[in-house]
Amino acid sequence: MRPDLVNDLLQLTGEHLVLVLSAMAMAMLIGVPLGIVLTRRAQLQRWLLGFASVMQTIPSLALFGFLIPIPFIGGIGKRTVIIALVMYALLPILRNTFVGIASVDAAVCESAVAMGMTSGQMLRQVQLPLAAPTILAGIRVATVTTIGTATIAAAIGGGGLGVFIFRGVASVDSAQILAGAVPAALMALAADGGLGWVERKLSRA
Amino acid sequence: MPLVEFRDVSYEVGGRQILSDVNFTVEAGETLVLLGRSGSGKTTALKMTNGMLFPTRGEVRVEGKSTREWDPIRLKRRIGYVIQEVGLFPHFTVERNVGLVPTLDGRSADDVAQRVQRLLDEMGLPAAEFRGRYPRQLSGGQRQRVGVARALAADPPLLLFDEPFGALDPVTRVELQRQFLDLRRNLQKTSIFVTHDVREALRLGTRIGLLTRGRLEVSADPQEFRNAKTEEALAFLGSLD
Repeated sequence: MRPDLVNDLLQLTGEHLVLVLSAMAMAMLIGVPLGIVLTRRAQLQRWLLGFASVMQTIPSLALFGFLIPIPFIGGIGKRTVIIALVMYALLPILRNTFVGIASVDAAVCESAVAMGMTSGQMLRQVQLPLAAPTILAGIRVATVTTIGTATIAAAIGGGGLGVFIFRGVASVDSAQILAGAVPAALMALAADGGLGWVERKLSRA
Repeated sequence: MPLVEFRDVSYEVGGRQILSDVNFTVEAGETLVLLGRSGSGKTTALKMTNGMLFPTRGEVRVEGKSTREWDPIRLKRRIGYVIQEVGLFPHFTVERNVGLVPTLDGRSADDVAQRVQRLLDEMGLPAAEFRGRYPRQLSGGQRQRVGVARALAADPPLLLFDEPFGALDPVTRVELQRQFLDLRRNLQKTSIFVTHDVREALRLGTRIGLLTRGRLEVSADPQEFRNAKTEEALAFLGSLD
């Protein structure tokens, strides 16, 4: 392997990880609480789930383009990329949190009420634990997608493994394209496998 | 002062009258069985007793105080509730299920563990063997025993049973009914018990309230109930032989 590639590889993989991890952390911090709110505010469901679905239909390159001119959140660089990635990751997390909690057996919830649990106790001790495998499945899907989508970050100066891919495409250099694509694919596989394992652990408990 | 008192209780939801002018009292030590077909309003009456539902007219008083004046959480924790079939938390062990209400009430872990042990032993489920199991690892009868132990865990003066033995095979059902009678003798608890099984009503009740389309048609002790002449009472008694 070419020495210049090895150096770049380490740096860009690191950047890629940072993009994915920050976007996922934000998406979870927003998506899970919002999903919980949805189970209690039925009139919000259509709006929020609709908004999140629409976000997913916008081609990622176009979404990056739309974000650039927006003040504060836009511009060239990592911040814009992370915001776009969060918007993509939101739907699966939001939807699975909502569905996971809404599909907890009604008899179990009723029994929690009858035992004198407060709604906070019911959420923490009953609904969230029982919905955990579903919520985690949403996080897993979102993570795998985000790892792929983050390669487009390079188009607006966000760095990451996409830099290799864009460079390789521009100079018709398959080695560079592979240097970007293969680590991204491995990262996605590792995330899928790791989170899948946690998910199985949770659903068995 | 009666432990529970229904005063002209009516309940209407979506234009449908579920209960109409229901009056009864439950004195300490009694077992009132609410007997009726599905949709007669018996479960609704039960849910009004611990404040899961409130009357649209009239009032329900528990220990002399209207359920609307009770702190809703305190009221529920003061009343044991046994629900049909699946009321146990599937992700809690037997021990955590049984110890739930005392734990919520802030009792110490030691105290809770001791109560759980005693209750499981009393219910014929040796704690050493059963405390670590999950509800799905139990038979229907064992699950129901755990449900009863859970309702008893905070030592409530009043217990509510919502068709608890409905889904059990006849042999297990009779075993649990016998255990219910033993418990009543030993613990002197007051209960309201909902069922559609007249045999169960006659066996367990010190008084039977027959609900028909939201009205309390008969309220009598088992002996009198056998001689009741209303249409619905005759229909139920006719199913005996």
